Amino acid sequence: MSEPETKKSEYLVEVKDLKEWFPVKTGWFHTTPLKAVDGVSFNIKAGETLGLVGESGCGKTTVGRTLLRLYEPTGGEFYFNGELVTEKNIHPLRKQMQMVFQDPYSSLNPRMTVEDIIGEPLDIHHLYSSRQERHDKIMHLMELVGLNAEHATRYAHEFSGGQRQRIGIARALAVDPKFIVCDEPVSALDVSIQAQVINMFEELQEKLGVAYLFIAHDLLVVRHISKRVAVMYLGRIVEIADTDDLYDHPIHPYTLSLLSAVPIPDPKTARASKRIILEGDVPSPLHMPSGCPFRTRCRYATEQCAKEAPALKDRGGNHFVACWNK
Amino acid sequence: MSENYSIPAPKKHPLSLQIDPALFEKATDEEKKQTDVMAESTTFFKDGMRRLRKNPLAVFSFWVLVVLIMIMLFAPMVVPYSYEEIITVEGVRDKGAANLAPFQYSAKEQAYMDKYGVRIFPHIMGTDELCRDYFIRVVYGTRVSFLVGIFASLMVLVIGTIYGAISGYFGGKVDLIMMRIVDIIYSLPDLLVIILLSVVFKETMDFSSVPVVGKLGTNMVSMFIVFGLLYWVGMARMVRGEIMGIKQNEYVLAAKSMGASGSRIIRRHILPNCLSVIIIMTAQEIPAAIFTESYLSFIGLGVALPMPSLGSLANAARSGMQSYPWKLVFPAASIVLIVLAFNLIGDAMRDAFDPKLKN
Repeated sequence: MSEPETKKSEYLVEVKDLKEWFPVKTGWFHTTPLKAVDGVSFNIKAGETLGLVGESGCGKTTVGRTLLRLYEPTGGEFYFNGELVTEKNIHPLRKQMQMVFQDPYSSLNPRMTVEDIIGEPLDIHHLYSSRQERHDKIMHLMELVGLNAEHATRYAHEFSGGQRQRIGIARALAVDPKFIVCDEPVSALDVSIQAQVINMFEELQEKLGVAYLFIAHDLLVVRHISKRVAVMYLGRIVEIADTDDLYDHPIHPYTLSLLSAVPIPDPKTARASKRIILEGDVPSPLHMPSGCPFRTRCRYATEQCAKEAPALKDRGGNHFVACWNK
Repeated sequence: MSENYSIPAPKKHPLSLQIDPALFEKATDEEKKQTDVMAESTTFFKDGMRRLRKNPLAVFSFWVLVVLIMIMLFAPMVVPYSYEEIITVEGVRDKGAANLAPFQYSAKEQAYMDKYGVRIFPHIMGTDELCRDYFIRVVYGTRVSFLVGIFASLMVLVIGTIYGAISGYFGGKVDLIMMRIVDIIYSLPDLLVIILLSVVFKETMDFSSVPVVGKLGTNMVSMFIVFGLLYWVGMARMVRGEIMGIKQNEYVLAAKSMGASGSRIIRRHILPNCLSVIIIMTAQEIPAAIFTESYLSFIGLGVALPMPSLGSLANAARSGMQSYPWKLVFPAASIVLIVLAFNLIGDAMRDAFDPKLKN
């Protein structure tokens, strides 16, 4: 990575007010926007990891997919390396942005050999001049993620979940990207395998200097791997801070309850600790509550919360919280 | 992982019912190797073929078809009669050779053989009312049926797959419009269209100079066109439905995130995964097309005379059914054999290649 830093920005990834609304048919002629992502902003420095947590359906995955233009964003801007990403310049930029998917069983084509799966990004971007070079690159990638060379001619269904995820990671690394969106890459794996894969992600970051957007709902995994963590609720980021700061001094009531839900291995400590149990269900993103989206389940909610949505405000030490009352 | 082995085994509590960990010994490198051996790598196709070969009905049908195809290809070289040739003895038309039973000789042929002491090639299936060798006519009828079956299913395969793939992949409005066209075509009565087209072609076009098609006649041309126009809709629907499902898989999304083009995604990711459906549909389309050709020929809309087809042979045999039953039995039996064999193979292919039926 010896390219000269020509752009003034210190961040590799800058996302400003990203919006992704899906039209949902609610009647014969009516469509209501489903606000999966509603104004999300964050930055990631080169070689760093931002963890993105939140419960199911809060829009984490949609953020990742919208960044890679798998969905056309409804609004907002995404700067990559200081360059505004648009539909026109996305194709060359795909060489620098890749994605690792959640389900290692459905993210690999069952009719392709491992060699072809890993080589596909190379094929698409014409990154080799001879068959030999392609083969060598693939072998190098397989070694990098800890796969045997003899696995190259096999099919994905012949591997275990952890090995499949390694194949997926090798595929993402094939184009030598600077930024990888990891969409719950370990949640489908066995706990012991999770540790291996997580450690591999860290090793690869050290070796190759890639930045991750690490999407997960396992808070401990995110704490382990991330430098900064963002908490999402109903399409918005409610709190974003450096990892230790967020885990040790959470401010937003949603983050508090989320952290109190983390299972504690020791039963004695677990009994002693007080859990904050949220009441009610997550509101439907089709009928979002007015003002702050969390107010329907928040114990501190006031009238102001119903009127106006709070913006992310710096509470010191790069700790941003979107709440009126805390 | 290797450092785990250096941990000493925990001591067993004297009252514990657990097996004493000290009894365990470490696996040697050779023993560890045994777990490394993976099963022989199989591809989807190899796996399917293996299951297909295990199905006795499929294997039997396959050999029946091989024998039929061999007869179809080589019989005209061996048998000295042609399908339109009236039997002659010493250059004179043999009027007594009409409606002979299988392996029967006419009086003139018998006299000829006695006179010269030679054997005339036997009429394996007898002769028809115009003194033509029936066996060779049935063989040519089978040729026509195969030709129709294979051409029709190829046309259905190509048109249906491309149409269905485009409709299923792009979805949305494209899919809506393309599928409404399919619905319209689905509602057209095929028989009526064939009759109309053959009337139109008979009046306007002359195919007699075109090599193979000219012999088959205008009815056949209109039949092929109808197959091309109407019969692909089933295939298109099937492929579209399959693609709608495959499209949801994350590997398609992964390919998109890598920047793969639409055609690459269809070619590399979607079509290979609905190959089983396409193969099965094609295999089942062949007997359907053969059957259609037979019944069209039976009602007089098939191949042009004197070219025989199994359907027209059966139709001609209807009038003399009580006196010469074998003339109906032979073409009917070959239709049954062909259609049954293709159907059984098609079914076996579905069982072998459909991953959802895998146990």
